[in-house]
Amino acid sequence: MRQSKIFRSPLLIGATFGGLLLAGSVWAQALPPVAPSAPVPEIKIDSGATAWILASSALVLFMTPGLALFYAGMVRTKNVLGTLMHSMFCMAIITVQWVIIGYSISFGDPTFGGLLGSMKYLFLNNVACDRAFPGYPIPHLLHMAYQMMFAIITPALISGAFAERIRFGAFVVFTLLWSTLVYDPLAHWVWGGGLLSMAEGSWLRRTVGVGALDFAGGTVVHISSGVSALVFCLMIGKRRGYPKEAMLPNSLAMTVVGAGILWFGWFGFNGGSSLNSDPLAVSAFVATHIAAAAAAFSWALVEWFHRGKASILGVVTGLVAGLVCITPAAGFVKPMPALVMGLAVSPVCYFMVAVIKTKLGYDDSLDAFGVHGVGGTLGALMTGIFCSEEICKLSGFATSAGLKQLQAQAVAVAVTIVYSAIVTVILVILVDKTIGIRLCADDELSGLDLSQHGETGYNP
Amino acid sequence: MKYIIAIVQPSRLEAVKEALSKVEVFRLTVGDVQGLGRQKGHTEIYRGHEYQVNLVRKVKLEIAVNDDFVDPTIEAIIRGARSGPEGKIGDGKIFILPLEDVIRIRTGERGGEAI
Repeated sequence: MRQSKIFRSPLLIGATFGGLLLAGSVWAQALPPVAPSAPVPEIKIDSGATAWILASSALVLFMTPGLALFYAGMVRTKNVLGTLMHSMFCMAIITVQWVIIGYSISFGDPTFGGLLGSMKYLFLNNVACDRAFPGYPIPHLLHMAYQMMFAIITPALISGAFAERIRFGAFVVFTLLWSTLVYDPLAHWVWGGGLLSMAEGSWLRRTVGVGALDFAGGTVVHISSGVSALVFCLMIGKRRGYPKEAMLPNSLAMTVVGAGILWFGWFGFNGGSSLNSDPLAVSAFVATHIAAAAAAFSWALVEWFHRGKASILGVVTGLVAGLVCITPAAGFVKPMPALVMGLAVSPVCYFMVAVIKTKLGYDDSLDAFGVHGVGGTLGALMTGIFCSEEICKLSGFATSAGLKQLQAQAVAVAVTIVYSAIVTVILVILVDKTIGIRLCADDELSGLDLSQHGETGYNP
Repeated sequence: MKYIIAIVQPSRLEAVKEALSKVEVFRLTVGDVQGLGRQKGHTEIYRGHEYQVNLVRKVKLEIAVNDDFVDPTIEAIIRGARSGPEGKIGDGKIFILPLEDVIRIRTGERGGEAI
C-alpha cells in the first residue's frame, strides 16, 4: 500500500512548501503594523567581529557533515548512505526554508505577544549586508547566515531517532514542517526577543522576574530536537528485529571522525554565539572545550566501572554530551563550573541510554534523546546554578546564579519540552496520514540506501 | 588430485602461508568468511548494550594439490594454524575433497600439469 504513495510524495513536498510560502505571504500582509521595538544603540560594524563570525558560521555548517558521519557510522551497512543523507539534505532544504521564511519567524520583531517574529525579513527583505545587526558589531546579513547554520543542524539531530526505518519523502516533509513550526518559534522565544527571552517585558520576565539564559541553544537546539526525537521514535515504532537482533555499527571509525568534526565545529557554535570577537567569545570557547573533555573522560570512567572496558564509542558519545550540556551555559559560566558540568553530564546520559532505554524498550536508535534531550536539559538547568554574574555582565545580562534564575531555566525547559512534544505528535500523525512515514517491510529489510536512494555505500 | 579447504583463525593466516611455502605449496586462494562452530561467539558492547555476536570471522584457504602434496599440505596447515601445542577451540578445520580436473585457462592444459 505504502509503495504506491512514493509517486505522490515529491508532489506533496512541493505542495507543502508552496502552501508554506503562500501562508507566509498572506500572513505578512495581514499583520498589523509592527510595533516599534526598543531603541538599540547604533553599533558600527567591526572587522574583527565580522571575521570571527564568518569563520564561526562555516564552523557551525561543518558540524552537519560531522553529524552525518557520526550517525552514519553507527547504522548497519545497508543504511549508511540514507543516514548520511538525513543530515546532508538538511543543509539543502533548511537553507531554502530559512531564507524564505525561517529567519523572519525567528528574528522578526516580536508579534502576538512574542509568539512569533514579524514577516519583515520574509525573503530576506530588510536584511542588509552593510548595516549592523541591532546591538552587535556584525552585518545583519551575517547574523542571518550564522543563525541559518543552527537551523540546519537542529532537525538533523532528530534523525538519530528514526534512523534505518523512515521514508525519505516523509523525512523531507516532516523536517520542513518541524523547522518552521517548532525550531523557528522557539528561536524567536529565546533569542528573538519573544516569550522566554531576556528582553524587557517578555512573558518569562513578567512571570518569574528574569528571562531564560540560553547562550547557544540548549533549549532551542538540543532539548527541542531531543524531545522531538523521543516522541518520533515512540510513534514510528522500533526497527524490525530490535532489540533481539544484533544491529552492529558499520564503521565506528566514521563515527569517531564525525565526533571530532563536531567538537571542532562547536567552537563556532558556542564561541561565535557572543556575535562578537570579544572576551566573552574566549570565555565561551574555553568553557566549551573543557566541558567536552571532562564529559569524554567521565563517560569512559563510568563505562569502565559498569562494563569493565572503556570504549571509543563511549568516549565520543561522552564528548558530544559534554558539548550539548555546555551549550546553554558557555557564555555564562567560568571554567571550573564548565569542568563540573562536563563531568556530571556523562553519568546521567549513560544511565539513560544504557539502562533506562533498555528498561523502557523504546528504540531511539542513535540516542538523539538520550544525549541531546537529556544532556540539553541538564545543561539548561545547570546554567541556572552555575552562571556567574561577572561573565553574565559580558553578555549584557544582569543576572546571577540563584533560585530565581534556576526557576526561569526550569520554566523555559518545560515550555520547550511541552511545545516540541505536542507539535511533533501532530506533525508525525499528519505526515503519516498523508504520505506514510514508515518504510514497508521489504524496503526496511533491503535498507535505506537501495530502497530510497538507489545506491549502495560499499561495493567490493 | 585433491581440493583442500581449510578454515582457520584470521590471525594464523600468515603462519599458515609460511608453513605452506616451506613445503612448496605456493598456489592458494584466500577469502574472508564468517561462520558458526564450537567456538560459539563473543559479546560486543555498544553504549552499554550487549550484543551476542555468534558469527565468528575466519579465513578460508582453498588449495588444489597433486596426490604427493596432500599430506605435507595438511601438516603445514596444522602447524601454522594450531594455537600452542595443545590447540584451542576455534582453530578451525580442514576438508579434503576429490578433484576431478583442473584446467589452466591461458594454455588449456589439463590435470596435474595445470595445478
